[in-house]
Amino acid sequence: MSEAQIKSLEKQFDDRIARDEKIEPKDWMPEKYRKTHIRQMSQHAHSEIVGMLPEGNWITRAPSLRRKVALLAKVQDEAGHGLYLYSATETLGISREEMYEQLHTGKAKYSSIFNYPTVTWADMGAIGWLVDGAAIINQVPLCNTSYGPYARAMIRVCKEESFHQRQGFEIMLKLANGTPEQKEMAQDALNRWWWPSLMMLGPTDDVSTHTEQSMKWKLKRKSNDDLRQQFIDQTVPQAELLGLTIPDKDLKWNESRQSYDFGEIDWDEFWQVVKGHGPMNKVRMKARVDAWEKGAWVRDAAMAHAEKKRNKKQKQAV
Amino acid sequence: MKKNWPLWEVFVRSKNGLEHRHCGSLHAADEDMALENARDVYTRRSEGVSIWVVESAHIKASNPENNGELFEPAQDKVYRHPTFYDLPDEVKHM
Ligand SMILES: [Fe+2]
Ligand SMILES: [Fe+2]
Repeated sequence: MSEAQIKSLEKQFDDRIARDEKIEPKDWMPEKYRKTHIRQMSQHAHSEIVGMLPEGNWITRAPSLRRKVALLAKVQDEAGHGLYLYSATETLGISREEMYEQLHTGKAKYSSIFNYPTVTWADMGAIGWLVDGAAIINQVPLCNTSYGPYARAMIRVCKEESFHQRQGFEIMLKLANGTPEQKEMAQDALNRWWWPSLMMLGPTDDVSTHTEQSMKWKLKRKSNDDLRQQFIDQTVPQAELLGLTIPDKDLKWNESRQSYDFGEIDWDEFWQVVKGHGPMNKVRMKARVDAWEKGAWVRDAAMAHAEKKRNKKQKQAV
Repeated sequence: MKKNWPLWEVFVRSKNGLEHRHCGSLHAADEDMALENARDVYTRRSEGVSIWVVESAHIKASNPENNGELFEPAQDKVYRHPTFYDLPDEVKHM
């Protein structure tokens, strides 16, 4: 194809998206669209899968059966989210094994928030409330994104997320209204998860790259700073309801903006964690790689068993 | 590692009276495992009363590049629609 032909195809392609048409797997698409989507969708899938680890850590130690079934169901949902997203990404021509390979070798990233440790039960509350809360804000606009399989996966995911946030908030509520030690535990979890949660909405707009392209393809509908502001504005009243204090001395209602002003985010910390120097990066990756490698014989055995069954059936048919 | 688990497409009937609808795909070693996995991945909240799985490799899909010759011929056949026919207003129940 000549350069002019590609240009005209690209123009038609962008026009389709601008008209709110969806792009489906077999449609022609610019190589950059395919690559960008593979990157974003696979990183999203990896985040759901690695995201099971911090919470999985507390399933056996949940304080009651009610909490245990809820946490178990939530973690199972996250596995589901990862699977929806992996298979949606596969429609773009990358194999599941290739994606795992990219995760395991560190070539692909996942959300940095999962590189923080979960040290107390209250962390299960703070994660559901704040981390899933921030994830919802990131994900809701994607239900309208231009790539059909991604949009459909996100609709499923978003339907399931609201229970995640509510079960987390309920944990916080119980602790905040419990003994002084329990309340202190809830406050400590908020102190540790607040800033990393704000970082989940991404770098500030002035340093954020490829935003314009992402806006055009509806991979992004609002800027990181707008999403962050939205998260803060909706979360502050929730913290007040809990009777907990958000660990930001500069947090203040701004009457003229009708929004909260907030303090400086430690972006050095963010980039350190992104680069692999967070408290749990190595532990998380080791857990994933171990699960994959130690599961190899199970996958092989299942394949061998399937083949044996198929052969038996064929023999019977003769 | 010998062979990777193949890909399966999953179709779920949400309730009797409705058709099975495609809801996504998954990997499994065989059709029985595909069905079990589909139950866990796509119907955790009573989204279905029946599941079909079919190996993706068995699906033949039309190519969007041929959409013109496949679907455009239907566009100028307005006589296939009831509004094409001119009848006086006095005709009722038609
Ligand atoms: Fe999720
Ligand atoms: Fe979640």
